[in-house]
Amino acid sequence: MRVGVVTFPGSLDDRDAARAVRIAGAEAVQLWHADADLHKVDAVVLPGGFSYGDYLRAGAIARFAPVMGPLVDAARGGLPVLGICNGFQVLCESHLLPGALVRNDHRKFVCRDQALLIESASTVWTSSYSAGQEIVVPLKNGEGGYVADERTLDELEAEGRVVVRYLGANPNGSYRAIAGISNAAGNVVGLMPHPEHATERGFGPDPRSGTDGLDGLGFFTSVLDAMVAA
Amino acid sequence: MARVVVDVMLKPEILDPQGQAVAGALPRLGFTGIASVRQGKRFELEVDGEVTDEVLARVREAAATVLSNPVIEDVVDVRVETVETAAAGA
Repeated sequence: MRVGVVTFPGSLDDRDAARAVRIAGAEAVQLWHADADLHKVDAVVLPGGFSYGDYLRAGAIARFAPVMGPLVDAARGGLPVLGICNGFQVLCESHLLPGALVRNDHRKFVCRDQALLIESASTVWTSSYSAGQEIVVPLKNGEGGYVADERTLDELEAEGRVVVRYLGANPNGSYRAIAGISNAAGNVVGLMPHPEHATERGFGPDPRSGTDGLDGLGFFTSVLDAMVAA
Repeated sequence: MARVVVDVMLKPEILDPQGQAVAGALPRLGFTGIASVRQGKRFELEVDGEVTDEVLARVREAAATVLSNPVIEDVVDVRVETVETAAAGA
């Protein structure tokens, strides 16, 4: 079971994402932005960070990296792809997911343990959870406000494509407190919070927040289950 | 050499926290009477040779697909500017 993790210039969380993949029990394969080859991986994670310095718009230049050509084609063909934070921004800029991410409404970078509601457990990246489950994973972003037009938002809600929603105070001004969404097929998921930072005891959210710090692992075990079942 | 200038602004309905921050700073520096500020982007594209209709069409295409994200931004202007030839001598 091989899960690729793409490194763009400016990616920060590629190592943590690869670690999460290994903890979940899969082989992590490093993919390079300039190499237009997915090396026969079974799934791909686009990690967090500031690809190309967030120049132009967050994710806007990464979208045109050589690796994105085969990735976009494969994602349209059903390859499981998870975009975390900057990866979510890249997926929106690539039009694999609708909408866009804009600067936090309160103008400050946010970094904290964030409570989330899993709203859809029917994507390949969330099947290890149950709908309605609450999880806590780190959130850290400057441009994490999810926006889309009303029609798109209604469509996402009606089709059950709001995958995770923020609980409590809206941390970045995201419309309808949306933290993560999927494409229609459910193989492409993007979210702002960082499940890869909550996969190893002692390195995730503060246990005093009432979590064991492993709430993010489900994203990575879900895709393994999906691949075993396939 | 000719220059094509592309202006991109956030759509009116999208919140502009950068513009708000600037608007908040202005009165603190004594610039009163400014009701609101919205911040945009200006791109200057130096073009080889003449700006034909074809070249301009390509620039418009780039403006709509790369320089702006139509989900959150509008291309508000694409215009040709004459570039002054650098004065000879020093």
